[in-house]
Amino acid sequence: MDYERIKEKLSILADAAKYDVSCSSSGSKRKNTSNGLGDSSGMGICHSYTEDGRCVSLLKILLTNHCIFDCAYCVTRKSNDVKRAAFKVQEVVDLTIHFYRRNYIEGLFLSSGIFKDADYTMERLIQVAKKLRLEENFNGYIHLKSIPGASDELMREAGLYADRLSVNIEIPTKSGLKLLAPDKKHEDFMKPMEKVKNEIIQYKQESRLIKSTPKYAPAGQSTQMIIGATGESDRDIMYSANFFYKKYNMKRVYYSGYVPVAEDPRLPALNSQVPLLRENRLYQTDWLLRFYGFDIRELLNEQNLNLDLEVDPKLSWALRNRYLFPVNINRVEKQLLLRIPGIGLKSVNKILQARKFRKLNWEHLKNIGIAMNRARYFITCDSREFEVKEPSSEYLKNVILGTSSGKFRKEIGNQLSLF
Amino acid sequence: MEQQAELIYDGTLEGFLCCVFTAYEEKLKVVDIKPPGGQAGQQLFSESREVITEPEKAKRVWNSLKKKASPAGLCNLKWAFLSEITGMEMQMFSMVRYILAENVPVDRDFSHPAVLKVSQTAKKVGREKHRMEAFVRFRLTKDEVYFAAIAPDFNVLPLIKSHFKNRYADQKWIIYDLKRNFGIAWDLSEINYITLDLDPDIGISGAPEAYFHSSEIAFQQLWNQYFTSTNIKSRANQKLHVQHLPKRYWKYLTEKNL
Repeated sequence: MDYERIKEKLSILADAAKYDVSCSSSGSKRKNTSNGLGDSSGMGICHSYTEDGRCVSLLKILLTNHCIFDCAYCVTRKSNDVKRAAFKVQEVVDLTIHFYRRNYIEGLFLSSGIFKDADYTMERLIQVAKKLRLEENFNGYIHLKSIPGASDELMREAGLYADRLSVNIEIPTKSGLKLLAPDKKHEDFMKPMEKVKNEIIQYKQESRLIKSTPKYAPAGQSTQMIIGATGESDRDIMYSANFFYKKYNMKRVYYSGYVPVAEDPRLPALNSQVPLLRENRLYQTDWLLRFYGFDIRELLNEQNLNLDLEVDPKLSWALRNRYLFPVNINRVEKQLLLRIPGIGLKSVNKILQARKFRKLNWEHLKNIGIAMNRARYFITCDSREFEVKEPSSEYLKNVILGTSSGKFRKEIGNQLSLF
Repeated sequence: MEQQAELIYDGTLEGFLCCVFTAYEEKLKVVDIKPPGGQAGQQLFSESREVITEPEKAKRVWNSLKKKASPAGLCNLKWAFLSEITGMEMQMFSMVRYILAENVPVDRDFSHPAVLKVSQTAKKVGREKHRMEAFVRFRLTKDEVYFAAIAPDFNVLPLIKSHFKNRYADQKWIIYDLKRNFGIAWDLSEINYITLDLDPDIGISGAPEAYFHSSEIAFQQLWNQYFTSTNIKSRANQKLHVQHLPKRYWKYLTEKNL
């Protein structure tokens, strides 16, 4: 192994892959049954964290950053003047195995620039995964990118070796896609997604009848959207996300605040800030959809095109729906318990367990760990003391902001002063 | 009047369960339960006594707990015990008494202070377990064994062994707890607890040539390169970085020590 050459390639191709934010290594059911290497049946593990605070769980690299496309938002686009490199299939396999054996990673996340054509590229990605599974007896996690426009046969094969497949939709609106990636077609993104979805359903049905049915992409599909590149509203983004969750059974949709990589009149300027706060609010909304039983139309609609940056989306929703509150923490059903600002999933379960034994008071709730600074305006409990005042929502919001501190508070100041 | 007592046990879970047994059998009012080595006889009006560990008695206590508590509750007790935190025994004792006193399972009554404390401590231990699964860094030695040294806050080696066994079935490995001076070793067929006389030069990171494979340092450098390249500078967030990767764990990490 020529370590110096590999190191150079690694620096180029890891650098080019880092804008893909998917990092999950969970949700697979691949057990190490053959005394081989690796096991991805448990929860995901983050083996390290970079200085931007993001986790490192997979070796995330491009096979090559040569690309025939010229998408404005992409660092690897044809017209960009960057160093190009390409890994050999065996090099990726070796790197993955040696890193995995040292417990650096959970597996491989392999993407690629598109060279020659979609099928040729997809075939190479599959070769890597196939080698890892069949030659190295590797049961770690493999996330492969579905290359837009790849044929159905290849997508079928990819799912046999990969744990997760993903196509990045990148631009949440069709008009935005036309503007920034004129040579890509919307259908090309959807086709592999559709194929993989159908295969997953089919394999699942077969495995119910025939136990030896091989696994097909057991960790499902995911996709990613860039935030803040084309002036889309939060509603556009979240309605798209909702569409992907519902229509394609996505396991995850990722939101990636646009990091300026090019001087282009169609895009935010090079020195503009990454919209971290907005990204954070979108993820919170995503969680509300998936775990808290919210419907997207309750959070974003004609009247509310964008999320409130100052407060989290659940609090924002509660402030708009004051007629539902306050609720009695000892009696209210789970669905509404989940909707109280400052009470998360874990606390909800603790409360449900604990209130079987006695009526809970403020002290209990505090010890359980709910965020009292928000929750106390929306609940009553086994105590004579509670917030009886009925201030306006606007006033209440200011009180809550005044009695809490947030990690983004400084940025809100900055972002608001722009208007 | 109940007799007050301070119980000294051998530091094992079985020993603790025997303390529970003794307390019930002799109707003692227990004021403290602790492993040997602490200062004994500090309590006024109570006697300090050593409890001998008898597996039979421990088993009996555990079996009656099994009947009255959920598996998750028992798991919390086990894990909280591994925290080795001073005073945890009394919290566990209080929880055990509560469980045994009630007719319905109460191990999930988080409004009971001891139940909450034990569950929170178990959670802490669980986090440390998970961190060790994440931050252990193997280094390939000259004799082809993947070696890792750790010094975890809590005694988590017993909890992580099956994880590593499932994952690295086809390579020999050793994980060694420097703080507690014992380790676990996989020899391709079974896991054994071992103690070693380690040369301090072997360190937690790096690859001194006397011990490690000639290619080891190259892979550490490759990993380090990857770690650097995958960072997005314009999203720098040192606070979050340290929150996820507390400084006390940096000593394990190749990427923080090359």
